Amino acid sequence: MLRTLFERIGLIAGGFPGGIHPEQSKLTADMPIRDCPLPPVVIMAVKQHIGEECTPLVEVGQKVLRGQKVARAQGYVSAPVHAPTSGKVIKIEEHPVPHPSGLGRLSIFIEPDGKDAWDRSLEPWPDYRQRDVGELRERVRICGLAGLGGAVFPTFIKLVRDQKHPIHTVILNGIECEPYLTNDHRLMLEQAEQIVSGLDVLMYMTGARHGVIAVEDNKLDAAERMHEAASRLGTAVSVHVLPTRYPQGGEKQLIQAITGREIPAGKLPMHIGILCQNVGTTKAVHDAVLLGRPLTERVVTVTGDAVPNPGNMNVRLGTPMRFVYAQHGLETFDGLHLIHGGPLMGERLPNVDVPVAKSTNGMLAFTTDVMVEAHRRPDPCIRCGHCVEVCPARLVPNELASLCRQDQFDKSQDYGLFDCIECGCCSYVCPSNIPLVQYFRYAKGEVGKINRERIFADLSRQRSQARDERIAREKAERAAKRARVKEDVSESDGGPSSP
Amino acid sequence: MTNILYGALSLGGFALAAGIMLAVAMRLFHVEGDPMAGKIDGVLPQTQCAKCGYPGCKPYSEAVAKGEADVNQCVPGGERVMLQIADLMGVEPKPLAQEPEPPMLAFVREDECIGCTLCIKACPVDAIIGAPKQYHTVVADYCTGCKLCVEPCPVDCIDMILKPEVLEEWTWKSPETVHGPIRIGDSAHATHSV
Repeated sequence: MLRTLFERIGLIAGGFPGGIHPEQSKLTADMPIRDCPLPPVVIMAVKQHIGEECTPLVEVGQKVLRGQKVARAQGYVSAPVHAPTSGKVIKIEEHPVPHPSGLGRLSIFIEPDGKDAWDRSLEPWPDYRQRDVGELRERVRICGLAGLGGAVFPTFIKLVRDQKHPIHTVILNGIECEPYLTNDHRLMLEQAEQIVSGLDVLMYMTGARHGVIAVEDNKLDAAERMHEAASRLGTAVSVHVLPTRYPQGGEKQLIQAITGREIPAGKLPMHIGILCQNVGTTKAVHDAVLLGRPLTERVVTVTGDAVPNPGNMNVRLGTPMRFVYAQHGLETFDGLHLIHGGPLMGERLPNVDVPVAKSTNGMLAFTTDVMVEAHRRPDPCIRCGHCVEVCPARLVPNELASLCRQDQFDKSQDYGLFDCIECGCCSYVCPSNIPLVQYFRYAKGEVGKINRERIFADLSRQRSQARDERIAREKAERAAKRARVKEDVSESDGGPSSP
Repeated sequence: MTNILYGALSLGGFALAAGIMLAVAMRLFHVEGDPMAGKIDGVLPQTQCAKCGYPGCKPYSEAVAKGEADVNQCVPGGERVMLQIADLMGVEPKPLAQEPEPPMLAFVREDECIGCTLCIKACPVDAIIGAPKQYHTVVADYCTGCKLCVEPCPVDCIDMILKPEVLEEWTWKSPETVHGPIRIGDSAHATHSV
């Protein structure tokens, strides 16, 4: 009781404020990762990260190898896409992606040839400490790595050596605070060596002196395993076991929990000398650098009360979700609630034929959705303040939601709308079932829309002004020409008659 | 008596000095046009659609600033723009004069186009490209959906289509508008949205 109180006001040393203790329901924690068989077709969307969309590099009918780049990054914030298995490109067209809108994106369809033959053009670099840092960063970039914790921000961007903000500590995020998800837990148990190698690569690349592997106390076996594996790196690396609390896996919350330092609004972990990477991403860094293998697969937790055989699976990117659910015995989806990601921050899946993407950490299936049902009948706010106590960003969710509800977007930004991490703690605890975080998502979207419209209006104004000026200029030119012709005519008329 | 004279003289002197200063300031800081019109123009959506009854966004903003036009005449701007204009003008908001339409785009059916250039001349934002006796086409990224090109076309080959929804611009709806349980069937697309 007292502990909860302290947590809520952020009094526990090094803790982050707020947070909740949802039921863990980690049904799949003891189930080893299985390999997903080859599906009949893989569907690679040309954008599976935050940033710019990629451009396809292959043509229909072309043979590709596993790990071959099939779409090229566009712009800086982008990550290329690779073929997840060998086979033939059968079509390139729009296809729905895992997104709550159900909308589609240009996708490359590959029919596997069953050989799963790797493209070996990238050389393995077990001697990475002899390599140039820039070379390693380029390797991480061309391997298409993006944050596998779910945010899918291109990894190479965070791996900088900045004179002004030198990185002193690399924190590996093995928190996995979402209920139900166990993919990072299993990965730490089964591939601890690879994760530690990846951590060493990250520390070498950023010049960090310390490495911290953060694990919650609901997976002590993983903490122990990581501790064993990390011992070869000596005292530079330590394992931190933190008391289980959601949303401790949020980057800012985790850094605050470990270092006691809060990242200021609008700043990045880099600004306080920290690099934070998910354990899955770190394992992918190991594969990219030490094995020369681009990102073509990831571990996905398939669970929920509607899944007959829940478990963790190593799935090729692009595998249709219907195929993955079928591997766990789920074949009919009538009346089920499907969620992409964890139960708290995940998004509803509008379509089971979408492919697994780089962001897919969980695929859940439930027979009922308690939260959604309750949120359909919210009661008035009773000002109990529970949402304020649990907000890890120290916002006042009830006030903020009331502003968002009235479309007062300017004022809601003064109340820290963009500091909201959308963890959903406020919605979770609200005794009136007010869909608080849903209001924040709505308001953030509207602010984005208003900004886009403003930019378009300014462009239209410029184009309209340019047109008006051109018309005026042409008119003036025509008038001048007419005047000249008139003058010429009157001169030639007047010429002969004059004495 | 002299006291009154001093008083009148000194006050008169002050008044004269202030008057001269005001006259100089008026010349020195003179602003061309109405600054209110510029502010209103800044919140208008710049579609140049003329649905407000004025030939473009700028003329409408000038008319509002002069008090000749109402604050509720911008059709594509909808409720939000009306509220912003009312706020700038310091008047009570009014219900919209016309219901706003969903965002549209002009689309030229190229095989029917005869290359007459009339639509190019009509487009207020130069979003149509083409040349005499060549196909014309609409640059979708610049089209404001004003419909001004539809009328002049002699062969009626311009369609107004709904602006397609793209993933990057998709946003969450307000929880207020949510209805129905979010259940998905076995069908390819769900129809509900959160």
